[in-house]
Amino acid sequence: MSQEFQAFDFRCKFGSKHFPYPIFTASGCASSGKELSQFFPLSEIGAVVTKSIAVKPRSGRATPRMAETPSGMLNSIGLQGPGIDQFLEDDIPWLMSNNARVIVSISGETVEEYASLARRLRTVQGLSGIEVNISCPNVENRGLVFSCDSVASRAVVESVRRNIGGELPIIVKLSPDVTDIVAIAREVVSAGADGLALINTLLGMAIDIDAMRPKLAGKTGGLSGPAIRPVAVRAVYQVHAAIPNTPILGMGGITSGRDALEFILAGASGVSIGTANFGNPTAPIKVKEELEQLLKERGFSSMSDAIGKAHDR
Amino acid sequence: MVFAAGEMAAFARPGNFVAISVGGPNSSMILRRAFAIYRASDRGQYGGTIELVVAPHGQGSKWLTSLDIHDRVNMVGPLGTHFGIPTEPVSALLVGGGYGSAPLFGLAEVLKERGCRVDMVLGASVAGKIYAPLEGKRSVNSLTVTTEDGSAGIKGRVTDVLPSLIEKNQSEIIYSCGPMGMLQAVEEVSQRHQTMHLCAVEESMACGIGICMTCVLPVKDEKGIIKMTRSCIDGPVMDGERVIWGSSRAIPEGTWGAP
Repeated sequence: MSQEFQAFDFRCKFGSKHFPYPIFTASGCASSGKELSQFFPLSEIGAVVTKSIAVKPRSGRATPRMAETPSGMLNSIGLQGPGIDQFLEDDIPWLMSNNARVIVSISGETVEEYASLARRLRTVQGLSGIEVNISCPNVENRGLVFSCDSVASRAVVESVRRNIGGELPIIVKLSPDVTDIVAIAREVVSAGADGLALINTLLGMAIDIDAMRPKLAGKTGGLSGPAIRPVAVRAVYQVHAAIPNTPILGMGGITSGRDALEFILAGASGVSIGTANFGNPTAPIKVKEELEQLLKERGFSSMSDAIGKAHDR
Repeated sequence: MVFAAGEMAAFARPGNFVAISVGGPNSSMILRRAFAIYRASDRGQYGGTIELVVAPHGQGSKWLTSLDIHDRVNMVGPLGTHFGIPTEPVSALLVGGGYGSAPLFGLAEVLKERGCRVDMVLGASVAGKIYAPLEGKRSVNSLTVTTEDGSAGIKGRVTDVLPSLIEKNQSEIIYSCGPMGMLQAVEEVSQRHQTMHLCAVEESMACGIGICMTCVLPVKDEKGIIKMTRSCIDGPVMDGERVIWGSSRAIPEGTWGAP
C-alpha cells in the first residue's frame, strides 16, 4: 500500500453539499470561469462562484471603474452582466462541460427579483449552491444594500429559501460596512441561510488631485485586496464565535496559503480568492498548495480540524 | 527593455500586449502593468525575446526600469487582439501618439513583408515624447512627425497632416495607437475619407485576462448593439468605426443593459 500519494483531506461542507477543496473563486473576480480555465483546470478548486447575475442584462457603471490603492484596489463595476437568461444558456452549460462545481451568485434590486432568480435556478441540474449577494456596494442607491438592514436581509433570504426549495445550499454574502455584522449574520441564518460569505468589499473613494475629482466615474467603489484582510479576519472570527455551527466562506485579500490559514483558524470552512486572481491568475492553485503544506506542518491531517482553532487559544 | 520570454514570443502579433507584476514579492502594488509589445522575435541567442518600450512615469514602471540585467519578472502574455493584416498589398497609414507608437514598428515590418506601402505619422506634445527608433524608420516609406509646440517636425497635431497624406498615398487602411483623444480624432478623419481604421485602445486594466470588467468601453457588436466591451480580450485592437468615442464617465444612451 502506497502512502506517498495519499491526498490531504481538504474536504469542506456547506449545507448539504460537500466540496473536495476549500478553495473557491470570489464572485466578480473570476467572471464565469472561462478565462481562468486557461491557467488551471477548474475542477482543481472547490467551486467557481460566478459573477453575481441579475434578472436583466446590465451595462454596469461608466468608466473609469478601477483605481489601485495601497495593497488594494477600488472598483465600481456595477454588476455588469448578460442577465439570467443568457447566463443559463451560455455560462452554466460551459461550466458543467468543464467539470467545474458551480455556485451561482445572484443579485437583485428587489426581494421579488431575488425570488425570481431563485425560481429560475431551482430547475438547473448540477449546481452546488447559490450565493445570495445582498451586499454589492456599487448600486446607484446605497439604500438598496440589503445587508445593511436586518429586516431587508431576512426578507431576501426567506424569499430565496422559499423559491429554491430545501436541497440547494444558500450562502449569503454580507457587507462589513455595518455596525454589528453578528446581528445581521444571525438574522440571515435564522431566515434559512446554510452558510455565510464574509466579506464583500468596503465602500471607499480615491480622489485624483490633478483633476480634483473622484477617480472613479461612480465616485465611490468597493475596496478589496490585502488592505482589507484584517477587517475580513475580524468579521469571520466574530461571526464564528457567535454562531459556530454555520459554515463561513471567508474572503478578503487572500493571496497566499498563510492568508487562507488565518481565515480558517478564525472560523472559515472555506476561502475565496478574489482580487489576487487579477494579479496572479493561478492564485487559487498557489493558495491551495501552500495551505496544504502549512496545515501538514502544523500536524493537521484534515483541513476541517483547523477550522476555528484560533478560538481555543 | 528586452525580455527573454521563450515561446511566448512566437505567439506574439503586432498589437498584442503583456502584463507584468511590479514591485517585487512584498509589493503594495497588487495589479499587473500592461505594456504593448514593441517587437517580438522567436529566435536569437536567448531564445524568444519580447521587447517593450517603458516610460518610467508611474511607480510600477519606475520599479521595472530600475531592474538589472538578468533580473526576472513575472509576465503574462501575449494578451489581447492583434492588428489585422490585409491579404492584399494595400497602402497603409500608421499613426502613433507619444510612447504609444511602440507597436507600430513591428506592424510596419509585417506590412512591408506583405508588400504594403507603409507611411507613418508620429505625434506628441514635444519632441522629447516622440518615440521613433532608427531601425523602425527603415521599414516605412515615409515618416512624418508632428509636435504641438513645433520642437520637431511639423507644428500641430497628427490629424492636421492626415488628410493630405491619405490623398497623396491613396491610403486604404489606417492603424493607430496612442491616447484615446487622438484615436477619436483619427477616426473622424478616417470617416471623412472612408478608409478602414484599426486602433489599439487604452483603458486602465486590473487583470488583463478578461475577468475583472474594469477596462470596458462601449462598442457596437456585429448586430449594431452597443455593449460595454473588454479592451483586454476583445481589444486592445478594435475597429474604430464600432467604438462609441468620448464616452468616459458616462454610459451612452441605448447601451445594452443601461440603467
